[in-house]
This record gives sequence, structure tokens and C-alpha cells, in this order.
Amino acid sequence: MKQFIEGSHAVAEAVRLCRPGVISAYPITPQTHIVEDLAAMVSEGKLDSQTVNVESEHSAASVVLGASATGVRAYTATSSQGLFYMMEVVFNIAGLRLPIVMTDANRAISAPINIWNDQQDTISLRDSGWIQLYAENIQDTVDLHFMAYRIAEDKSMMLPVMVCMDGFTLTHGIETVDIPSQEEVDKFLPPYKPLYKLDVDNPMTIGPLVDPEYYTETRYAIEKTHEEALKFIPKVMADFSKAFGRNYNGLVEAYRLEDAEKVIVAMGSVCGTIKDVIDELRSKGKKVGLLKVVSYRPFPGQAICDALKKVSKVGVLDRAVSLGATAPIAADVKAAFFGKKKAPKVISSFVVGLGGRDITKDSIKEIYRLLGTKELSGEFIDLKPELLKESYE
Amino acid sequence: MFGPLIAKPGSSQSNKTGSWRSGLKPKYLKKNCIACNMCAIICPEKCISGEGKNNYDCDYNFCKGCGLCATVCPKKDIEMVKEEGK
Amino acid sequence: MSNTLFSAGHTACAGCGQSLAARLVIDAAGKNTIIVNNTGCLEVFSTKYPESAWNVPFIHSLFENCAAVASGVESALKYLGTKDRINVIAQAGDGGTADIGLQALSGMLERGHDILYVCYDNEAYMNTGVQRSGLTPFDTNTTTSPAGARSSGNVRPKKPLPEIAVAHGIPYVATASSGFPQDLQRKVKKAISIKGPKYIQVHAPCPLGWRYESDALVLISKLAVDTGLYPLFEYESGVITGRKQITPKPVEEYLKIQGRFKHLMSNLEELKKIQEIADSNIKKYGLKAEQTA
Repeated sequence: MKQFIEGSHAVAEAVRLCRPGVISAYPITPQTHIVEDLAAMVSEGKLDSQTVNVESEHSAASVVLGASATGVRAYTATSSQGLFYMMEVVFNIAGLRLPIVMTDANRAISAPINIWNDQQDTISLRDSGWIQLYAENIQDTVDLHFMAYRIAEDKSMMLPVMVCMDGFTLTHGIETVDIPSQEEVDKFLPPYKPLYKLDVDNPMTIGPLVDPEYYTETRYAIEKTHEEALKFIPKVMADFSKAFGRNYNGLVEAYRLEDAEKVIVAMGSVCGTIKDVIDELRSKGKKVGLLKVVSYRPFPGQAICDALKKVSKVGVLDRAVSLGATAPIAADVKAAFFGKKKAPKVISSFVVGLGGRDITKDSIKEIYRLLGTKELSGEFIDLKPELLKESYE
Repeated sequence: MFGPLIAKPGSSQSNKTGSWRSGLKPKYLKKNCIACNMCAIICPEKCISGEGKNNYDCDYNFCKGCGLCATVCPKKDIEMVKEEGK
Repeated sequence: MSNTLFSAGHTACAGCGQSLAARLVIDAAGKNTIIVNNTGCLEVFSTKYPESAWNVPFIHSLFENCAAVASGVESALKYLGTKDRINVIAQAGDGGTADIGLQALSGMLERGHDILYVCYDNEAYMNTGVQRSGLTPFDTNTTTSPAGARSSGNVRPKKPLPEIAVAHGIPYVATASSGFPQDLQRKVKKAISIKGPKYIQVHAPCPLGWRYESDALVLISKLAVDTGLYPLFEYESGVITGRKQITPKPVEEYLKIQGRFKHLMSNLEELKKIQEIADSNIKKYGLKAEQTA
């Protein structure tokens, strides 16, 4: 059913439809509305879940870890500092192969404290082993949650999934969203059948101490699963498209790429702005395009190479930094092309929109303008040099 | 398929900790034992068992020789003795 | 081979008080129990892959979150409708409870989960090499509170964790000791018969960290109680309902048989301070046999 609805409320509806048994979260802007809504649903009897209002994000992640290990579908949501506080549990969950789904409302990282949107938080956890899917708009965000549980709980995967939605832009934005019915979701998402669990009738020890003789193979296994996920995620998306009539085409989405000479690679809600700019520039005869990354982990290196091998100028837009090195998505894109015979002549790296600084159509046009024959590294767009003049002496 | 993540219950029994003993082991005299069961209760390895008076023994495969059983026996019916060949 | 839910073959030190206590706890709780364990000696010596001593479902996550993970297990069982017939026990050492785990413990107690929390108190971070924790007693020699020319050891008294648990308004709090096995098992059985959060702190002598011969466990446990330094008591809904009455012994008898207190033996001033701690416990809990009027 189509609703004109705030992003957080839409996510709460999506989570409700997934029938989680245990929900645990700690409040942090801008995730708060999601969890408040879920609490209201439980209190009204619309959702049969145990909600655990914990005393920190570290405990929120630990609660869902325990619940998932007991064989129950579990859910949490967080943002920025909260994600960092639960970081060791996040790695622990992936290491224990527990299929938890978490919504992260992408927000900047302290210090200095900033509650507005960028992607530093989830991108900083790219090594955790979690599958990371990034949404462009609210419909995306809703749909990715159903797919997330399907992907996570498949016995070939058994990996947790992070659904990343830009804070405020998507959490507090309002769009027309098609929220499916419970019957439709139940058909797409069967009940969780764990591979192993804490069960008094079948006792086992989960999370033993593993010494050098044994540790490597557990990491290798997760790496192999990510390789499998490169094939499995598009399968689930195809199933979803068939079931719900909305097309999700895979790990990346190409927009007007056919004869593009300059292409931006980007992730998240900024892609909506980029598509508008492309339409405007194309109408003036400029051959520009977008390659949207949907799955950041596993990183769709081959898909990106296939899409961009004939493009001469590629600009990677990062809403994050890897301080002291190449910006994260740019580094991954460059690594994907290294050694390949067919590759863009120029792969430039742009950093934009940190701490919620608005990425306007002009910002995007500036990127296309700067995408020339000279390769740029870590080019900050919309920088305000006057702010750097303040002295503390 | 995920590598070494889960351990089977009770699998520690393949580790014969009796090899840890470094000189002393408990000897069950079986003369004055009143089957109070204190030795079985106090053994951290739970390798002592028995039924009825003068009928208690320990599984030397696991006994680490800590000597607790000898200290708790109210009838001093357990003695820590030198292990043969050590 | 005896019937137990905590099998032999684990790699605890000979005479380890914590391994004894852990076995007593799980054997008292029975097979319908899920154990959630923090990182520490117990977890390391009982679950080194591929060996596990546990014959019940067991999960280890991190160092400080057993109370939170247990909250998740308990919530899942509530969702499945099976909580009433399955015990959930969260276990950790003194460091994992009083220091790094205090937040998760407090949250679990405050939310009222039906979980028994057992703290194995060997009075230091033993697994990492005998470093000082919040439950290390006053004047103890540990590697991070070493006795030397300028110091007589740990400068702070034990954090009153049982009282902190009582202050959360939970239905049952008790202290127990590895050297009093039947008392410990009675308390565990009583705790799991009560609904809601329960806290039991178990004095677990450590032959390596406290530096005594492995067979002295029962003697040391008894002296800890008989000097008043480790009172055994039970609180039910905030009211003290049971305590082990003692004929108080001087603290030197307890301290002199442990290497970790060796530096105090000629230090009358410090011994007096420790005696004051013991005397204050005896008064506070009414431990002296005749005192309860």
C-alpha cells in the first residue's frame, strides 16, 4: 500500500513486517524515530517482539547477538558514535556467523561532534565482515530490509547485514513509499531456521578460544562467503523484483552509462541528486553518467570493471575519508582496476558532503567539470578555506 | 563450512590431564571411608566417584594431583603418596 | 567417570577454585541451563577449541557483555515461550563484573531479566597475569599494585558489588565460596527458583595468583570467612535473611598463608587497617555468633 511517510516510520514498518523476535537499541540521532515507532507498535499489540531498552549500544548489539544465537530473528539500529561503541560486538557477530540485520542512519563521526549525514560511520566498519547495502531513497531502504534478512539467514550466507540509509535525508525525509502487505512479505521471507543455536536438547559451545592452529580458516570462510554473496545478492534481488514488481538490478546500478565519457561512482542518497544533474547535462549534450554502488561489502569489483572499462574519466565520490590514505570507495575502485587491460584513463577521488554539508547540483556539476585528464587525489569539493585561517595562539 | 567456530559438548575429555601430576597422587586407603562424598564434591575435575563405604576411587586419567580430596576427608582415608616412577 | 555437566579435561590449574565453583554451579542448575560466559580464566580453560568441558549450551562473546548477551538469550526464550523451563546463567570473573562489565550488569539488573549472574571472585585479573581489579582487597600485592618500598600494595578496598546489586532492588543477592561447596549449591538452587535478576558472588581462591599450595583451598576459604574478610550472606528483596555466623579469627591467620600478602607480615600498621575492614564487616552483617539480637 502506498503511503506518504517519513523514512524512519517506513523502516519501522518494514522491520515489523519482517517479524523480528527480539529488538534492542539505544537512542541516537537520527535513528530515534525507527526504534520509537517499533516500541509503539509493540505497546499497541501490532508487533509481537521482545523489546530490550538497553543502557548502551554495546549492550544493544550484545542483546541481539544473544537472541540470534538462541535461534530468534533479531534487529537493532544505530548511527555514528553508537556504531563505533558497538564496534567490537559488530565484529564478534560476523565472526560468530549470526544473521542479524541492523539499520544504520549514516551520520558523521566525532570529534568534533556532528549529527548530520555522511558515511564515515559504516564505511569505517567495512572490514567487519558484515554485508553492507546502501539505499538511495526511502523505497530502497524499505525493500533492502526484506532482502537483508533473506540474504543474511540463507544457510549459504549466515552473515549479518547492515542496511545503510543517509541520516536525516532518508530518515527524516518524506516520500511516497509502497509498503507491502504482511502476506507478501511472509511469502518472500520465511521464518528463521538457524544452522546452530543455544538449545538445551542439543548443547554446543559457541565462541570457543581458537588458537593459531585454527583461527585463519574462520576468516577465510567469511571471505569465501563474501565471494558467494557477489552472486547470491543479485539472485535475491531478482526474486524480490519478481515478487514485488520493483526492479533491483544487482550490486551496482548504471544510470545513463551507455556512451558516457565522464562517470561518477557514488553511494547513497546523493545518487538521486546526481541523476537529476545527469538529466540536466545530458539535455545539453554532455555525455555523463552514474554508477551507483548498492553493495559496498562485498565490494562488486568485477561489476564495476565491467560497467566502466570503456569510460575514459571516472570520478569516485566519497562521503567519507580514510585519513592518511586514499578515500575509501576510490581506493576500492582503483584496486579493482589495477592490472586490468581495459580501465579508465583517469580515476579521480572526490571527497564531498562531510558532516552533513549539502551536496547540491552545483557540487556535482563541479565534479564533472573537474573530471579532466589530470587525475585528482582526495579533492575536497565545496571546501571553505577561510575556516582554516583561525589561529589558536 | 565456517571453520572452527563451535566446540562439541564434553569434548574436553579427550585431554587426559592426569599427565599433569608432578609427583604426588591420591591413594584411597578404603579403611575408614564413610561415604560422606566430600572428596567427590571438592574435586575440581569431578574425577572422584564411588558408591558406599570404602568404595571411592578417582580416575587417574584426569587427576591433576591438587590434593584437595586428601584435605577434606574427615576420616583421613586419602593420602597423597609419591607417584611410582616419578 | 562421574556424572557432571562440566567435564574433566579442562586446563584449569590444579586446585583452581574457579573451576570447582563453576562445576558446582552448573551441576546445581541442571541440564536445562544456558551458560553465557565472559572472557576470563574460566572461558579460556574450559573452551579451547576443539575441546569444551561444557555439557550444556554455552556461549562466549566478549570480555564485558555476558550480562547483555544473557539478556538477549533470555528475551529470545521469552519470545519462544520457553523461558519458564530454561535457566539462563551469566558468568564472569571479578574484573569482568566489577570493572569492565559493570555497565552491562547494572543494565541487566535494572531491566529485571530472569537471569542468575555469577561472579567468580578470584580478586584480580588472573587470566592476564594477576593484575589488580575493583574487587582486589586492600593491600594485596598484584602486578599492577605491587608492594614495594613506597607501597604496601592495592590502595583501595573491595568495591562493594553485592551491595551494588542489592541497591538495584533485585530479589536475591548472595555471597558464597568455593570452600563451602554445599552452601554454594544451595544458594544456586535457591536463586534459580526465584524469578527475576539474581546475583551470586563466589570467592574463588587462585593457587597461582594468591600464591599458596593447591591443596589449601578449603583452609583459605574458611579463614576468609572466619576472619570476616569475606562474609557469607544472603539478601532477599533488600533484606538480609541469612549470614554465616563466625567466631572471628584475627586476619593474620588468613593473610600469612598466602604469598600475595607476604609483604604485610611485619607491617603492623597495615595489618591493623585490614583488621578494621574485617571488624567493620563483622559489625555490619552481624556475623559474630551471638550478635544478632
